[in-house]
Amino acid sequence: MADTPVSTLGGAAPNTRTSADLEHLSRLYREMLLIRRVEEESARSYAEGKIGGFLHLYIGQEAVAVGALAALRPDDYVITTYRDHGIALAKGMSPRALLAELYGKATGCSRGLGGSMHMFDKEHHMLGGYGIVGGHIPIAAGVAFASKYRGDGRVTLCFFGEGAVSIGGFHEGLSLAALWKLPIVFICENNEYAMGTPLSRSMSVEDVSLKALGYGMDRDRFFAEDVLEVEKRIGEAVRRAREHSLPTLVEVRTYRFRGHSMSDPAKYRTQAELEEHKKRDPLHRSRTALVEQGLGEARLDALEKSVEAEVADALEFAAKSPEPTLADLEPTTYKGPFAY
Amino acid sequence: MARSIRFRDALREAMIEEMERDERVFLMGEEVGHYQGAYKVSEGMLDKFGEKRVVDTPIAEGGFAGVGIGAAMVGLRPIVEFMTWNFSAVAFDQILNNAAKLRQMSGGQLDCPIVFRGPNASARQVGSQHSHAMEHFYATVPGLKVVAPAFPADAKGLLKAAIRDDNPVLVMESETLYAAKGDVPDGEHLVEIGKAHIARPGKDVTLAAYSRMTYVALDAAAALEKEGISAEVVDLRSLRPLDENTLVASVERTHRLVVVHEGWPYGGVGAEIADRVQRLAFDALDAPVLRVSTLDVPMPYSAKLEQACMPQADRVVSTVKRLLARGRA
Repeated sequence: MADTPVSTLGGAAPNTRTSADLEHLSRLYREMLLIRRVEEESARSYAEGKIGGFLHLYIGQEAVAVGALAALRPDDYVITTYRDHGIALAKGMSPRALLAELYGKATGCSRGLGGSMHMFDKEHHMLGGYGIVGGHIPIAAGVAFASKYRGDGRVTLCFFGEGAVSIGGFHEGLSLAALWKLPIVFICENNEYAMGTPLSRSMSVEDVSLKALGYGMDRDRFFAEDVLEVEKRIGEAVRRAREHSLPTLVEVRTYRFRGHSMSDPAKYRTQAELEEHKKRDPLHRSRTALVEQGLGEARLDALEKSVEAEVADALEFAAKSPEPTLADLEPTTYKGPFAY
Repeated sequence: MARSIRFRDALREAMIEEMERDERVFLMGEEVGHYQGAYKVSEGMLDKFGEKRVVDTPIAEGGFAGVGIGAAMVGLRPIVEFMTWNFSAVAFDQILNNAAKLRQMSGGQLDCPIVFRGPNASARQVGSQHSHAMEHFYATVPGLKVVAPAFPADAKGLLKAAIRDDNPVLVMESETLYAAKGDVPDGEHLVEIGKAHIARPGKDVTLAAYSRMTYVALDAAAALEKEGISAEVVDLRSLRPLDENTLVASVERTHRLVVVHEGWPYGGVGAEIADRVQRLAFDALDAPVLRVSTLDVPMPYSAKLEQACMPQADRVVSTVKRLLARGRA
C-alpha cells in the first residue's frame, strides 16, 4: 500500500567485483561514451548547418539514462521530454537511426518527421520525446495503465526535468498513477536549470522528491555520479512497480555540461560552477573504476575505438541517406484513408 | 426492424456492443461509473463491465485525457468521456499536441485509436463557460476526426465507427439531444465517418447543419415550405473529414447555401464550408454563402438573451429570404 510515504534509500552494495561485474560496467561505460560522442558530433553537425531547429544535448547526464535503463527488461516502456537523445540510445535505438533523424532524413527513427525532440522507436518500446513540458507525464501514466489493464508485467519509466515539476501535467500524472497504483517510475532529472532558471528561483521547496509525499507515493533522491548507483536505485523503484504495481518518484540530481540548447551560451552560471561539476563527470568516474578494476588500457582503447567507428558510420549513414518526401506526410497523419 | 430509442441509449448501446466485442475498449471519465454518468449515458455500464473497464476519474481532464492517449498508443482503445466538451479546454494540449500528432511525429510508428466524447455547445442557461461549441477548435487540427450526429441512429453508428477507427475521433453530442428519440436499426449498425446525408430534400436553398442545429434547420425548412420555399437540409454528421461531395451536389441543385451552426462566426466550420463551396461550386452559386451562427459575444445567462444569441429557426428563415431576395443578380 502507498498510504505511508517511505524513503527508500538502499544499503551499500557488496564490494565484491567479479569479471561479470567488470563486463557489466564496461558495457554501461560504452553506452555512456556512445551517447557523449553522438552528442558531441551532433553539436558539430549543428554548427555546420546539417541539423536544424532545436538541439538539446544530454552531455553530463549520461549516467541517468544508462543507469536507469540498465534496470529495465527489454520490453519495458520508456518515455521522456525533448532532451531525448541519450535515453533513446540507451533504450536501444541505433546511432544511425538517431543521427539520420537529426539530419532530417527518411532513414531516421521517425522518418525525418520528428526531429531532435521526437525520437520514437516502437521496436525498442521507446515511446518518444515530447516537446511540451510535462505533457507526456499523463501519457506515461496511461502506458502504465495499459500494462496494469493487460497484466503484461511491464514497467514504464517516465523521465522529465525539474522544470516540469511546476506544471499541471506533472501533478495530474502523479496523482492518477498513485490513485490507480500504476507500475511506473517517475524520474525527475534535476539538472539544476530549467533553461536559464535555477531551481531556487522556480520552486518554493527545492527537494523535488518531496512532491511524492502528497500523493502517498514512494520516493528517492540521489546524485547521478555513479552509473551503477543509478542502476541500483532505479532498480528498487522498478521492482516496486513490477512486483507491487506501485509508482515511485525518483529525483536524480545531475548536471548538463552544455547550455539548455545549442542557442544557449549558459551565462546564468559561472565557469567555476561548471568546472566543479565536470570533476564529477560520470564517464570519468566509470572509466577510472574500470582501470582500477583491471580492464586494462588495451581493452579500453579498443572499446573507445569501436565507439568512434560506430559514430563515424552513423554520421556517414545520416549524411548519405535520402530526405523524406511530401508523399510521406499523408500516410503518417492518418492511419487509413486521408481525411480532409 | 428498428426501435425508437433515445439518443443517450443509442450511445450506450454503441459502447456496450463495442466493449463486448473488444476487450481492449474501456470507458473513462468523471462520474461515468458509480454515479451512472452525469447525463446517464453510461447508466448501468459499471455493473455490466466492472471498475476495470468503466473507470471513474478525478476532475483532471488534462490528466485522464493523457492517460487515455498513453493507453491508446500501446494498444488499448479508450473511450474518454468529457462531462462536457467545455472542460476539454484544459485537455486541449493533450488532444492537439499528443493525440493528433503522435502518428506523424513518430514517423507512422505509433497510432492513437482513442475516442473523446461528451456533450457540446449550449445547454440551457449554463452561462458563458459551459456553452462553447468546441468542434470549431478541433476540426482545424490534422490528425483528428470530428463527428457531430443529430439523430440516435447516427449517434450509435458513428460512435461504433469511431471506436473501431485507428485514429483519434472526437464525438460531439448535445445535452439537449440526449432525450431525443429516433429509430435505430436492430443488429449491427455502423455509419461511415465522413458521409453527410440529406435529412430533407429541397430545391431552392441548401441548409447545412449538424448536431442539434439539424433540428433547427429542419424547423426552418418546414416554416419555409409554408411560404412556398423548398429548402434542402444536409445533415453533415462528420466535420472532419467533411463530405464536400454531398454539399457540392446539393448546391448544384439549389444554387444557394446557408450554414447553420452553434459557435461564433469568426472562422470555424461555417467559414470552412463557405470556402470550399465557393471554390468547388462557384458557377453553381447564385448568391453568397451565408452563415447563421451564435452571435459574436460570450453566451449570456439570461434566458431571453441566450435564445437570442443562439441560431433559431426564425433567424434561418429570415436569412434564407434575404438570400433569395438577391435573386440571380
